[in-house]
Amino acid sequence: MTAYLKLDHIDKVFTRGAATTEVLKDINLTIEKGEYVSIIGHSGCGKSTLLNIIAGLTGATTGGVLLENREVNSPGPDRAVVFQNHSLLPWLTVYENVRLGVDKVFAKTKSRAERDAWVMHNLNLVQMAHARDKRPSEISGGMKQRVGIARALAMEPKVLLLDEPFGALDALTRAHLQDSVMALHQKLGNTILMITHDVDEAVLLSDRIVMMTNGPSARIGEVLEVPLARPRKRLDLATNATYLKCRQRVLEFLYERHRFVEAA
Amino acid sequence: MNMTATKIEVETATPAATIAPVVTLTPKRPPRTEAYARMVRETAVRVIPPLVVIALLTLVWELVCRRAGSALPPPSKVFADTKELIFDPFFDRGGIDKGLFWHLSASLQRVAFGYSLSAIAGIALGVLVGQSVWAMRGLDPLFQVLRTIPPLAWLPLSLAAFRDGQPSAIFVIFITSIWPIIINTAVGIRNIPQDYRNVAAVVQLNPLEFFAKIMIPAAAPYIFTGLRIGIGLSWLAIVAAEMLIGGVGIGFFIWDAWNSSHISEIILALFYVGIIGFVLDRLIAGLGKVVTRGTAQN
Repeated sequence: MTAYLKLDHIDKVFTRGAATTEVLKDINLTIEKGEYVSIIGHSGCGKSTLLNIIAGLTGATTGGVLLENREVNSPGPDRAVVFQNHSLLPWLTVYENVRLGVDKVFAKTKSRAERDAWVMHNLNLVQMAHARDKRPSEISGGMKQRVGIARALAMEPKVLLLDEPFGALDALTRAHLQDSVMALHQKLGNTILMITHDVDEAVLLSDRIVMMTNGPSARIGEVLEVPLARPRKRLDLATNATYLKCRQRVLEFLYERHRFVEAA
Repeated sequence: MNMTATKIEVETATPAATIAPVVTLTPKRPPRTEAYARMVRETAVRVIPPLVVIALLTLVWELVCRRAGSALPPPSKVFADTKELIFDPFFDRGGIDKGLFWHLSASLQRVAFGYSLSAIAGIALGVLVGQSVWAMRGLDPLFQVLRTIPPLAWLPLSLAAFRDGQPSAIFVIFITSIWPIIINTAVGIRNIPQDYRNVAAVVQLNPLEFFAKIMIPAAAPYIFTGLRIGIGLSWLAIVAAEMLIGGVGIGFFIWDAWNSSHISEIILALFYVGIIGFVLDRLIAGLGKVVTRGTAQN
């Protein structure tokens, strides 16, 4: 078994003047192709920093990220990110926002008409084709996040990085969108790495849950397999023993062994 | 228990939902006459108050300046004196004896030229200063000092450099209007959210694409604020500069009228200068509105 995405001894130290803060310490993780992995931890534990390092938006102090055995250290469409606050460009329409990435990634491999069809295909996947000519300010938060997902999917990333993608949404919209992401994962078989602080979300969506200890010098505390068959149904899982056990395990990790201590 | 309770709610909610669209549909198409009436009303609300104020001010002016020995002419006399200029703005008797249209268009041409140069240079420098910390450290103190120099203080220097009135006037326009454009553009560039930069990085936009697709649209509201201040300043500067350089132009027209004691002509010219300054400002504001229509946050 070869690792598809490999985080190899990643340390991250922030230096401001004479003061240095070690945020991440010795992070090792391998992710297989098609796997859905969540990283969970208290706020401030450096999980977003870790995602930024994988995305190439921040450099690791030591160690590195290997994607298909090749080191990646700058951002690129092979590791498309769905940002927490959607980050759609407000002066572009829904269609143009998705098209921006498609035009860059498939500049040489797809014709103009094919790119157009590909954008619409991806908008259809997230059920947003009807809003193609709307601007981000004219659609709801959940819809914006759908477009954000379509934009990332349309780049055909090797790894899809989700940075607390449902954090800013209300509970009902969040559940709806989680189901959509699950369906997409089922259908397309993407490799997905998701940052979250929601235990239910992590257990529901992931194959494996990576639990991080509190910072500074956050490490991977524990990795939990979620042996639940797919497709998973939210309602059935509510009483599923395995689901409850996994949930219990994560909760124990977060609230007993690594309780959030208000630092400084 | 809970399940049945929610079911009942759903059932009671449905009939209400079917009634609702019927209610909302009716006011959707108001009769056409009503729409026109509303439009007239809205226009009246905007137009009538300023008209009333103008009428009152003109009346006061007329009453104050009507007395014998008054230094300034009343509006009736201004109109009588300048009737020829108002109704025939296109005459051209050679030299500087031209209609007001020619004076205004000469001034506008200078402004158009100088302002276009300052818009291009200002946005370019603003992008440089906004994007590069070192450029900002090096240039910003210089800008802060230079921008406080009054427009007319540049005129003798530019006359010395160019040895001609026309390029000197254009230079004064340029140097007056460039500062707000630089400073506002730089602020706009510096305020581009990190999110947009991240998006550009993930999509791998090259610097040129980043400039055109992210930077300019994201900073457009700031840039247009600068452009709007700039056009106002350049119109302020041109009148003053033309008074000194002479030739055809509204500034020199005013100076000439003063030298020949045609006070009514000065008043007419001021009226035109004000109107055109207002139109220029609205023009840039309108352009900004069109260009930045989608840039509102979220």
